[in-house]
Amino acid sequence: MSISIPTLTRKLMTREGFLGIFTLSFGALGGLAVGIPIIGYIFVPLFKQPAERWQTVTFSNGPKSGKTITLSQIAVGDTVEASFEANGPVPWAGRTAVQAAWLRRTGQNSFIAYAVYCTHLGCPIHWLNEPKIFLCPCHGSVFNADGTVAGGPAPRPLFHYETRVVNGRVQIKTHPLPIYS
Amino acid sequence: MEKMLLAGLGVYDWLDDRLGLGMMWNATMGHKVPRSVNWWYVFGSCALFAFTFQIITGIFLAFVYIPSPDHAYQSLYWITHKEVLGNVIRGIHYWGASAMVLVVFIHMTAHYLTGSYKFPRELQWISGSLLLICTILMAFTGQLLRWNQDAYWAVVVGAEQAARTPFIGGWVMQLLTAGPVVGGGTLTRFYAIHVFLVPGAMLGLIGMHLYLVIYKGVSEWPIPGEPVDPKTYWPNYQRILHEDGEPFFPVGTSRDAFMGLLAGVVVLALAVFAGAATLGHPADPTLPANPRPDWYLIWYFALLALIPPSSEDYFIILFPALAFGVLFLIPLANKGERHYSKRPWAVAIVAFAAIITAILVFEGYESPWSPVFVGPTNSGIPSVPQQATRGLNAQQLLGAHLLHTEGCMACHMIDNVGGLRGPNLTYIADRNTYNQLVTRIMNGGGGMPAYGNTLTPKKAAAIVAFLQTLTQFPQAAAGNSP
Repeated sequence: MSISIPTLTRKLMTREGFLGIFTLSFGALGGLAVGIPIIGYIFVPLFKQPAERWQTVTFSNGPKSGKTITLSQIAVGDTVEASFEANGPVPWAGRTAVQAAWLRRTGQNSFIAYAVYCTHLGCPIHWLNEPKIFLCPCHGSVFNADGTVAGGPAPRPLFHYETRVVNGRVQIKTHPLPIYS
Repeated sequence: MEKMLLAGLGVYDWLDDRLGLGMMWNATMGHKVPRSVNWWYVFGSCALFAFTFQIITGIFLAFVYIPSPDHAYQSLYWITHKEVLGNVIRGIHYWGASAMVLVVFIHMTAHYLTGSYKFPRELQWISGSLLLICTILMAFTGQLLRWNQDAYWAVVVGAEQAARTPFIGGWVMQLLTAGPVVGGGTLTRFYAIHVFLVPGAMLGLIGMHLYLVIYKGVSEWPIPGEPVDPKTYWPNYQRILHEDGEPFFPVGTSRDAFMGLLAGVVVLALAVFAGAATLGHPADPTLPANPRPDWYLIWYFALLALIPPSSEDYFIILFPALAFGVLFLIPLANKGERHYSKRPWAVAIVAFAAIITAILVFEGYESPWSPVFVGPTNSGIPSVPQQATRGLNAQQLLGAHLLHTEGCMACHMIDNVGGLRGPNLTYIADRNTYNQLVTRIMNGGGGMPAYGNTLTPKKAAAIVAFLQTLTQFPQAAAGNSP
């Protein structure tokens, strides 16, 4: 069934036509007014980025697990797994409130903290202390101790967090999940 | 007796008058279907049964499950190990999900091969394709709710993949993780998507899908040499129904009921005897993990591992986009032959897809591209098996030990122990000279790191000395040392 423009215009210029337009436009306006904040709520994570913070790091695993990492506990050239509280975790985040990093002491007061996320697809890399390499369990990407790619499919060097030393304690500046693209 | 019967009929009449039961029955169960409908048509209702059971068991899991990072794993552990019938409910939900994915794919394949998506049922295909996407979304989001190591890191990997989308990647990632890192916000978001958003969409789409079954009718079994012509199809279909149609109930429904029963019994048996997926270790961002999706997504995981890494940036986005794009474009070819015997390309595509998927699922479980780790936290390197180190001298023993400490065994295999990422080293010395082996260890190559920076020449020599003790030709090896 097709309808011509003049017929349509004539139909709309009646009481029913007016009330039809009234229904549709007020319905649309109402939907829009209520809908914008409702749908907008889905996109809140795009705007609500907690500020980056300096966090004191602790040992992740092993016998010293949970203990604060101080200068005396890590020798120059050593690499250990450190954990720290992520920025703005929800109060009920449990174990997932923490993040991990591979902390390498490069000098008297200098550290590099590599994100555990492989630059290939984000799997957590392992540090192998003898050959001094990071190995990714997913597709076998390998990184040197300085974070550069040594082999495998990883396209770029490891991401690293900013670090500083305050009163003999090592601190890491939190950062959102690194984006490798 | 007669009185009771009459009273019963009276009650029915009253309900029929107020609810319109008879009208509803005639429009659905009584609607005419072609007599050529056969066993290949049962998979749609099978998918509907599976969906229904997923909803029911899902609601019951929600009786106990807590979508909070500090309790999700524990509550699921409680359901699985402490609660009466909890493991059965979770088992049905787990195997039901597998059954649903499987049945949806069979349903889709059957109707692709019989050309049922052609005129006038193009939107039936489109609504089905949307339901397929929803099913995959349900499978992926459901896995995360276990909140174990695999789940946690699967979302990290998923987010990193999403982040590669051109232009909007970062935003998509932030919407997925709902926070700066994968954490509490991520879990509740996935929970709401899994139990409300997608099931809600599916209820609407299933409503549309079923409405179209009634409105455009169940397609007749195609006859080779009788192509679909939009001008003549509909009157012709009406004639088929009029002359030779039968009501959906009871012939068609009997096949559906049998298949539903069979699928239900299989799912229940798997739930009781095999149980749901093991929970593993609770989510911990500081512990090692090698996340692997369940079987229905493992083919994609394998595909990503097998393509050249340089093409990944495009592939990660283009493959799903193309796959779903093609899926939605299929009903554009809505005319012509329906029967598979007249559509060799359709048969070839299905056969090719089935073979590739089977290979990829197998490869996904085998994961020869992954280094192998052992031990309680899955971070230890395998050791050279003892039988390979019997009767060796000190240097050779050191070599065998170094294969463990230097991480070699994570990627290389000796006597069936170790990884498949790199070449098997068991008889490598038969094929390579001493110098070739030393060079390869020191310089790396082909995905292997160069050990020259950290390994002393003495240690490299020890490794090669050990490798040379492993040979298929013991006599020849005697005079082969440097």
